[in-house]
Amino acid sequence: MQFMLLFSRQGKLRLQKWYVPLSDKERKKISRDLVQTILARKPKMCSFLEWRDLKIVYKRYASLYFCCAVEDQDNELITLEIIHRYVELLDKYFGSVCELDIIFNFEKAYFILDEFLLGGEAQETSKKNVLKAIEQADLLQEEAEVPRSVLEEIGLT
Amino acid sequence: MSDVVEKTLTALPGLLSLDSQPGSNKLSSNSKLRNLIRGITELTSKHEEEKLIQRELTSIKEQVSSPNTSMRQMKELMVRAIYCEMLGYEASFSYIHAIKLAQQGTALEKRVGYLAVSLFLNESHELLLLLVNTVLKDLQSTNLIEVCMALTVVGQMFPKDMIPAILPLVEEKLNHPKEIIRRKAVLALYKFYLIAPNQVQHIHNKFRKALCDKDPGVMTASLHIYLQLIEENPEGYKDLTTSFVTILKQVVGGKLPMDFNYHSVPAPWLQIQLLRILCLLGKNDQSTSEIMYEVLDESLRRAEINHNITYAILFECVKCIYTIHPKSELLEKAAKCIGNFVLSPKINLKYLGLKALTYVVQQDPKLALQHQMTIIECLDHPDLIIKRETLELLFRITNAQNVTVIVDKMLEFLRINKDDYTTIDLVGKTMSTVFSVGGDTMQPDIPNSFLKLLSEGFDSVEEDRKLRLFAVDSYVSLLQGEPGKLPQRFLQVISWVLGEYSCLRADLEVDTVLRLLAKLLDMKTTSSETKSWVLMAMTKLCEGGAGVSVARGVSETYSSSLDTVLRQRAQELQHLSQDPELRARVLPRHTGLEPLEVDSSLSFLDGFVSEALAAGAAPYKPPHQRQEELAQAKSLSLEPYGLSLPLSMSSCSITDRQSPTLLSISSGLSGNSNDLSHKGGSSSLRLDGVKRVWGREGYLAQREPAEESAHVEVPSTLRSPSQQGRADGSHSQTPTHTPTPELEKQQLASSLFVGLGSHSSVCLMGKSEPTPQRFRRKARSPASSSGASENISHSLVSPPITVDTLVCNNLLDSHITSEPDVSPLEQTPPLSQGLAAANGSCDEELPDSDVKGSSPSLIGDDALVAADPAPHEEPPKDLLLSSYLPAELSGLSHSEITPLSSDQSLDLSACHVQKEGDLVLVVFIYNSSDSDIQQILLELDSEELEVSCECDGAVGGARGHSVAVCQYSLSVKRPSVHVELVGTVSYQFPVGTPQSGQFSYKLPLSSFIRPLTLSTEEYGTMWLDFSHDTKQNLTLISDDPEPLAASLSVLKNKLQLHVVEIIGMEGIVACRLLQDQPCLMHCRLHAGTLAVWLRSPVPDLPDCLMYFCQRALQEH
Repeated sequence: MQFMLLFSRQGKLRLQKWYVPLSDKERKKISRDLVQTILARKPKMCSFLEWRDLKIVYKRYASLYFCCAVEDQDNELITLEIIHRYVELLDKYFGSVCELDIIFNFEKAYFILDEFLLGGEAQETSKKNVLKAIEQADLLQEEAEVPRSVLEEIGLT
Repeated sequence: MSDVVEKTLTALPGLLSLDSQPGSNKLSSNSKLRNLIRGITELTSKHEEEKLIQRELTSIKEQVSSPNTSMRQMKELMVRAIYCEMLGYEASFSYIHAIKLAQQGTALEKRVGYLAVSLFLNESHELLLLLVNTVLKDLQSTNLIEVCMALTVVGQMFPKDMIPAILPLVEEKLNHPKEIIRRKAVLALYKFYLIAPNQVQHIHNKFRKALCDKDPGVMTASLHIYLQLIEENPEGYKDLTTSFVTILKQVVGGKLPMDFNYHSVPAPWLQIQLLRILCLLGKNDQSTSEIMYEVLDESLRRAEINHNITYAILFECVKCIYTIHPKSELLEKAAKCIGNFVLSPKINLKYLGLKALTYVVQQDPKLALQHQMTIIECLDHPDLIIKRETLELLFRITNAQNVTVIVDKMLEFLRINKDDYTTIDLVGKTMSTVFSVGGDTMQPDIPNSFLKLLSEGFDSVEEDRKLRLFAVDSYVSLLQGEPGKLPQRFLQVISWVLGEYSCLRADLEVDTVLRLLAKLLDMKTTSSETKSWVLMAMTKLCEGGAGVSVARGVSETYSSSLDTVLRQRAQELQHLSQDPELRARVLPRHTGLEPLEVDSSLSFLDGFVSEALAAGAAPYKPPHQRQEELAQAKSLSLEPYGLSLPLSMSSCSITDRQSPTLLSISSGLSGNSNDLSHKGGSSSLRLDGVKRVWGREGYLAQREPAEESAHVEVPSTLRSPSQQGRADGSHSQTPTHTPTPELEKQQLASSLFVGLGSHSSVCLMGKSEPTPQRFRRKARSPASSSGASENISHSLVSPPITVDTLVCNNLLDSHITSEPDVSPLEQTPPLSQGLAAANGSCDEELPDSDVKGSSPSLIGDDALVAADPAPHEEPPKDLLLSSYLPAELSGLSHSEITPLSSDQSLDLSACHVQKEGDLVLVVFIYNSSDSDIQQILLELDSEELEVSCECDGAVGGARGHSVAVCQYSLSVKRPSVHVELVGTVSYQFPVGTPQSGQFSYKLPLSSFIRPLTLSTEEYGTMWLDFSHDTKQNLTLISDDPEPLAASLSVLKNKLQLHVVEIIGMEGIVACRLLQDQPCLMHCRLHAGTLAVWLRSPVPDLPDCLMYFCQRALQEH
């Protein structure tokens, strides 16, 4: 996989993950072009796009579009299922995920993505294992967080 | 996830006011980020957003550089910086702080720090070097989470040069007790392999260990590496085939933990990865392929759930099966699979089906044939992606026969396509090949439109330039190869392109191009038309020193050419190459394509014309006028042949009136287009003019079926069962209102897929039915009841002579008029049909010494002896006569028996019987006299009908007071509302003068109408083929709730029409005129009437049928 983009129906980028080295300018151009192209497509249309020399696989979940770029020889359907599995993971983690969860906690969405895909390849496809890894890291975070935030509140407020 | 509650931004303000969000209580509240997001959503303009973000960034910048900022705050700031970057605002000042956060933070801050680094930087960023130490430290940490974080970031990006620094640590992690660490380590190594393969060469054996890891996750991760390794060097890993097959077998067999199931499919990602590996290993390797046949078969079998993931696996399986050494059994299953994809109503699957077809079509073109109708549908799909993929598929099956149609389709696509990248790809990839495959068979407008496309270009100047450069490059390399093999048209295109655009390529020397072009001129195969294109191109190019000398040489050679055009061009070249100023004026460079003003009325020639006219020249006639005159001359000479030509269904070719696109397609296909034939005497008309007839209606386009394979194809493909099934299926989803588009598709299909079958183009589907004629009478099955007796009668009519005499002897001996084993009918004393004829010929012909010469008439005596004088009787009544109907006709409905003529000794009556495939006229001859009549001759003739009689007009004899029956089979020669037969009867008593009488018999054309059973698709195909039509509004049966259905059922019952389908306000009906001439009817409810449109290949038939329809509806 070359990159993954999440954007809203209004065309606002919600998450971007690039697995190929590209300059900032290129990234911006690609995401702008793609968002435009995909938003212009009708709901009944094919989930696959040929775009430049890439294959774009996208799917809309509620108000969010998930879009992945893969190479031409890659399997489009499995990419579609990668998207779906990612959504499942988000759903499980946030509990009935919605766009707002991803807007406000986008770093969590990134963490989940990084446990699921690594370097553009599916790293762990077992839902249980991915979530276990995330939970463990979160646990660490919370342990550290509780005393600190108390201190902080005292110190700051 | 479809159950995700849609919470759109419209709900945002309300939610923002809440302190905690539902379902996210475990998330830390990051109030500043929250404020930022809220602030942005409240803004209305982009400008305001910009201002807000800039303010935000300034504040972040201040805080991150402040020494008092805690790591905890830093984490928050980083998150906000990531957010700003995501919105498209640069926050590069924060990059270094992200690294610092990863370095100095504790677990949670570190995590955000690493995330920020991986999002901000790419692997070539120099700041990444600062991360190396942090990673090193974390890899050695005792905290597993920290090790994981380090491996995660390494798996995404790491400076190439620093790999050796951490490689030992990562390698070490391959033995880590935790599978998550092992897995991440494997993926990190995979990343290293991708960016610096030689750095990890020494640890290939460790990959094998990972492959054998007891944790499926680690094993799966190792497959990424193997896929890459095997792709580069399949030979090196053949020994692993068995292992991969075993793994796949276990996975497919459900041996993995349930955790790895995805929608109850075991580890689909793993399966697909393995299939891709097997595909690489088995390619061009029979023995390796054999190892995997079994597991592939099993994978196909197991993938049965109707879910995307199953299809993903199937798709990979199919790809694999078609890549490895073929096994017919598997190929068959894979082909079926592809069929499921292609026919799927789900657009994604359809797309993959097309992709799979594209992949396999070169090996198995028949597969494309099987799905030709779907492909045609996809060609007109509203989704450009589907269209594009279809074109890709077509591109793969391009051959000399279908190139025209395919290129047409591609150009059509290019015209509507907006995406420049696709355009360049498509044009570049296809045009060259297409030109070289079928260059000379193309219509001239295709290269023209290509050149137009090239010169007019698209919206973007840059893309134009790229496309033109691409063309120049590829054409120069083509010319450097073997230009002699290229078609002339292509050479012309090449010359033009080089002449126009070779200056775009700065490093291309003009004289190189000129020399290449000059080489074309020297080739023997180059036509003079091409040569003139080449000279034109050279004229555009010759600039400067070297060019001029080449040009001079060429122009000298050709200025003495016999070809005037070439001479002209050579002169131009000569003059322009020597006079740069003039050249610059005539052929200005870099002007682009400015519209030229063309004086289309050629007014500047007025003077010349009037001079010429004054000098006695003939005035100009436009081409169509000339052709009309020519055509008229031709029609006279063709008239005598017209009547003798049989008029059969398949003989009518496409005389289309509705679809212009269709015309061009068919013309492209057959090379002698019918649209030309409409115009009159073109050259193509002359070519097959023998088969054309100038009829009363204009040109009747007629062809012998066998000679026009292209046109036979359409029906033959139509009737293939699989095709039919599919067509029916699709029809149920999208009921076609009028069958026209369906037909167009059929036509298109036949022209696209021509030449794809293994050998014959007639049988495209590879399984056409034995009878190519759609309207041939059904073969009579001997088992059917009527068939049985017919067989008997037939054998009696024309048996070999020995049998004949045997029968005669038999008859003589027993004096029974029939054979004992010919069931009930022969018990009736009067001779029945066939028997009568047969008997007649042996019983009575012999004594007819006038004809046959004198022989002692044994039989005659016998007959005389047998004569049974009886008292004079009234001629048999209708009812009685009907009992004389031949047995095989007695069950069928017959018309009223009407008297034809009568004199003192003979009474003639007749009726007609409608059989399914025939109309039989039965003539009853009652001999009312006492004496026997030896020989009765009936002659029937008709202008409109073809009369055939099995007894050659010789009825034979009739004994006194008995009835002889004669049967005639009638078919319509020329339709008329009523058809009439004129007959003569002549007979002679043994003693006395010959007698004769005349009679006539009239019957309506409707008696010859039979239902024609066909499908809507077939109807559609035929509809446009028919040239004769009539339209009329008829009375509707309005007292029925469903007037259309009621009217059609009246027509069906009264006229024996077949109602093909009723779709809403429209109905389509078909019938045939005996023997095999179809007539199609299209009805539509229109303003309280029934608008009827009839079409047929037979002149007058529609009019006659209209009359009967009108009558039928009025009488109702």
